[in-house]
Order: sequence, then C-alpha cells, then structure tokens
Amino acid sequence: MLITVKLFANFRVGRFVVEVRDYPAGTAIKAVSGSLGLASQEIGMTMLNGRHAEPERVLKDGDVLAFFPLLGGG
Amino acid sequence: MRHILRVNLASLSSLREPVPEAWASLGGRALTSTVVAQEVPPACHPLGPNNKLVFAPGMLTGTPAANSGRLSAGSKSPLTGGIKESNAGGTAARMLAKLEIHALILEGMPQGEAWYSLHVTKDGVSIQEERDTVGMGNYELVKVVHARYGKPVAVVSVGPAGEMRMLTANISVADKEQHLRSLGRGGLGAVMGSKRVKFISIDDSGTPAITSKNPEKFKEAARIFAKTLLDHPVSGKGLPTYGTNVLVNILNEAGGLPTRNFTQGTFEGHDKISGETMHDTIVARGGAPTHPCHPGCIIRCSQIYNDQDGNYLTSGFEYETIWGFGADCCVENLDDIAMADHLMDDLGVDSIETAVTFGVAMEAGVLSFGDGKEVVRILRDEVGKGTPLGRLLGGGAAQVGRAYGLTRVPVVKGQGIPAYDPRSVKGIGVNYAMSTMGADHTSGYAVATNILNVGGRVDPLGKDGQVELARNLNIATAAIDSTGMCLFVAFPALDIPECLSSLVDMINAHYGISLTGDDVTALGKSVLKLERKFNLAAGLGPEQDRLPEFFCLEPLPPHNVVWDFTPAELDAYWDFD
Ligand code: SF4
Repeated sequence: MLITVKLFANFRVGRFVVEVRDYPAGTAIKAVSGSLGLASQEIGMTMLNGRHAEPERVLKDGDVLAFFPLLGGG
Repeated sequence: MRHILRVNLASLSSLREPVPEAWASLGGRALTSTVVAQEVPPACHPLGPNNKLVFAPGMLTGTPAANSGRLSAGSKSPLTGGIKESNAGGTAARMLAKLEIHALILEGMPQGEAWYSLHVTKDGVSIQEERDTVGMGNYELVKVVHARYGKPVAVVSVGPAGEMRMLTANISVADKEQHLRSLGRGGLGAVMGSKRVKFISIDDSGTPAITSKNPEKFKEAARIFAKTLLDHPVSGKGLPTYGTNVLVNILNEAGGLPTRNFTQGTFEGHDKISGETMHDTIVARGGAPTHPCHPGCIIRCSQIYNDQDGNYLTSGFEYETIWGFGADCCVENLDDIAMADHLMDDLGVDSIETAVTFGVAMEAGVLSFGDGKEVVRILRDEVGKGTPLGRLLGGGAAQVGRAYGLTRVPVVKGQGIPAYDPRSVKGIGVNYAMSTMGADHTSGYAVATNILNVGGRVDPLGKDGQVELARNLNIATAAIDSTGMCLFVAFPALDIPECLSSLVDMINAHYGISLTGDDVTALGKSVLKLERKFNLAAGLGPEQDRLPEFFCLEPLPPHNVVWDFTPAELDAYWDFD
C-alpha cells in the first residue's frame, strides 16, 4: 500500500521532506517511523490525515502520515 | 529604594513615591493591571486625560534569573475598550529594575500640540520638548537617541502610527542591537501618542547590582531553573533552532492554519513560508537563526533575517506575523513578509492586528490576496503617511470590516484573532473568547496541549475538557506575566516539575518570602479577576465573551468543523474563586 510520509524540522536532515512510500498491508505507524530511524522518544507529534495518532495505529492505502519532533512556539 | 515614578503630562512634572504596601510584592502584569484597575476610571476614553499608561518590570527582572527581563505595559485599550497588558523584551525592563523603579506611570495629557521625551536616570526624570524626532520611524529614532546621549540607553518609543493615534499602534522597545521589540497588542502606542510622548530613554548608569535577600538560595534555584529551560526539547532545541515559525507546518498539517481570511485551515504555499525554509534562508544569507530579545534570555527564539544581499532586514520575525501575511493574506514570498515586518516595526504597528486587517481588506477588495508588493506599498505610503486609506487600515480589522460591510471579520472585543483557527483548535478558541485582553493567543496557550503534546493532550476538534484547560492555562499565564518571565518558560513548566518550583524558589529567595505554588496560582486568579472586574465596569460583559458568528456558520476545511460552544459552557469559565 502507498503511504505519503512527511517529515518536519530536524527529521528532514539526511532524510527527505515528503515521499510516497510502499509498505505491506497491516503496517503500523511505529513500523514506518522505525524504518526511517526515528527513535520513539524523539517523536513529539504524529499526525495521520491531519489528526493526532498513536504509534500502534495500523495504516491503510493512501494515508498521509506526518512526523514532528517535539516543537513549540507561540 | 524601590519607588513609583509618576510623570504628569498635563503639568509636565514628575513625582517619586514610596511603593504602597499592597503593591510591594507585585510586578509585571499583576502590577500594571492593579494600577489600571485602581486608578483608571473604567468608563474613560482610552485616548483622553483620564487614562494612564503604566510600565513595570517583572518581579525577577534585573536579577540573573534566566528569561526574566520582560517589560509590561498596561492601560485601558483603545482597541478593545478593556484593560490591557502587553509585554516585550529589549533592554528597558532591566534598566528600570536597576533604577529601582517599581512602576513608571504616565498620567494626564498636555494642553498644546508639542511633543515630549522623558529621560530617566538615577537622579529622576527630565521632560524635554521634542521637535526633530517627531514623525521619525523607530529605527532611526533609536539611533538618534543613542547619539544624543552618547551611549546605549534603553529606548521605549512610538513610531508615526502612535503619533497618529492609530488603534493598531504599538510601543517599541529597543534591544541591545538597536533592533525593535514590541509591546504589541491593543493599541498601547495610541495611548502613548495621546499623551504626546514620543519616547522614553532610560540610563541606569551609576546603579549598583541588584541583590537578593538570600543570594545562595537564589543562585541554586536559578541554576535549576535555567537547566529545565535547556533540558526541555521545545525551549532547549526547537525554539532556538527554528524560532516560533516552525508552527506554520504544524498548524497546516493539523488543519488549523487560518488561510485566506479564515476560510480554510491549510495553506498551499505553507512550505515557502515555513520555519524550516526560513531557517535555511537565514543561514544561507549570513543572518542569525538564534538570538535573544533581551539580555538573559537563554531560549533565544528570535533571529536576524537578512535580505538577498545579506543586509539586515528584520528580527523577531515571528510565526504570527508570517502566518498573518503568509497564510491569511496568501503571500508566498518570505522576503515580502520580512519587508512588511520591518516597516511595521519602523511605523510602530502591531504585526498581528495589521496582518488580520490586511486579510479583511483583501476580502473587501482593497487589494488582492497574495499581493505582497501591494502590502508593502500600502504600509509605507498609506499607513505610514496617514492617508485616509492608511488611517482606515491603521484602525484595525474590526474597523475595516465595518467600513466594508463584511461579516467574516475575525476579532473578539475588537482585537484580531491570531494564527490558530478556533474551530479546529478549540482550546485556544475558548481563550480568544474569554480573555480579558480580547483575542489573544498568549492568554493561556492551549495550542500546547491541543496540538503540540506539551502538558498532556486534549483533542483539538472536541469540546471536552477545553474550558477547564483554557482557564487553567490563562491563570498560569497571568502569574508568569507578573514575574517578568518570557511566556515560553511555560513549555518546560508544563512538563518538568522543577521548572515551576525553582521559579517560586527564586522569588522567595529574592524577596525573602515564602510563597508556595498555590500562592502563585492564587496570584494568577486574582489578576484575572481584577481585570475582568474592570472590563465589566467598562462595558465588556459576557455577551462580548463570544467569537464572531461566522465561526459557528462556516465549516472550516479540511476537518469541516464549526465553533459550537454554548454561551453557558463559555460563561462557566469564570466559575472560580
Ligand atoms: S524566548 Fe524568545 S520571546 Fe522569549 S525572551 Fe527569549 S527571545 Fe524573547
């Protein structure tokens, strides 16, 4: 299945900004972050189709997944 | 000895008073709001002789405590008609604290047409008539004032917008590089302009270092406090690297980035104006991605942004400004936005109010969405010169909306709604509605918990828990605003317990008192209550604690959500003692 993966801030360094990637059916979010070498404690926010999502969530074809380090502003 | 310095502009005289007992342990916002509530008649005209303009350093300003050098200004706001406190960095707060000035209060107004400056030193204040500096932009003014005194005095000033008493006018506070920080919101620059004070210069020469009652304890607490700021990923890493503008991509992804005058929650050009792009641009042009807005800030979210030729263009280039001209006005060119930011600092207008105003003006057809060059032209040639169009836009978003008969006018209590759509970040929407300041994202930054996963999690699209969350954050903010601390200490404070306890320990060691965490919460509550009381007497009742109707009627893509809090749910916000 095809998943659009977006990375932000320092997660982009040495990786990419956005890529459409192929994963086997039944892949969970944490498997995607793991495949990118993102340690779970580094991840501040994960958004699936614009909503916050837990690492255990199983993905489906066409999902848009975004990973952010812990960030803030105001 | 710590004292209150009053300057009466009607009689052009000043008075040094002992600090009243009840004000002794207050600082920052707690002090400015207390003075305004006690001394300003709530029904007075904000630009008339009965309003006052109060400046106060925070409770810890002048000490070595990290991030403690913010200056608060308070008054009755000509924009909202309610009480106002605004705070900023720069060098003024520290100098006032070193001069042992607990508060500087400007009262009355002159009879004639002359303009004045105030020069504050350890010997008191001298009031001078100003001629050459009248009409001057803030950047040039700071240079002229430094040259006049032959040293880097602190400068607190109004630009042409403040002189014209525009409701978007802010008060500038120079930083150590002679760049400008802003007491931004609520039209405080118009109040200073109404008192015909062009600038206040402050010279702390000859003052001793500030000593704490218990220096050892203070030192230890200050060390722990600073460590928590550096340890937390947001204040220790995210803010110094990307500045606040890292939020563009986050809010865009969450569908909460108000776009095209609040008609969409995502902006196609988001990556062109994002914090990531800005960081790379700054580095490539030899600017500084990391910079403190006042001495003693160790978070350093500010930056120095150069133009294509490597020359200084602006600093303190914040998310709200970039969101406003970027997403809300659809300008995709970061250099155009930076030029607008530079002009706004120079003219002395609030960049949030001005951006929201341009979004409304674009909807009205005054200019096209996305036309950054025309934004720059209007700022320079219309607002800057006070033409009728400039005066219209200089009056803020609500004024433009009324002039053009629009309903999609994002304001609360007359003040423009900043960079988080209340329909899809409902927690911040509650504080837009309820804040004593009018729409204000710093009155309890529920974005942290709704979006950023700091201080727990509350679903941004749901109503559950939002009123309580927003209220608690607003109470904490009112307390932090009183310490002189930058509000960004709230990120570590929400996650690391030692942050808040060491902050309380610093206050205790400095003043030789024994406050508890509960006392600090009680201070925050009392500040909000007295501000609310002032607003009620000024005519801002519960019916003003509401968002504009269009938020209830127009679903916001991509989540297609509306604002759906009932009046009773919102009014419960004030149910606390
Ligand atoms: S963190 Fe940013 S806003 Fe806060 S004091 Fe430092 S530079 Fe100023």
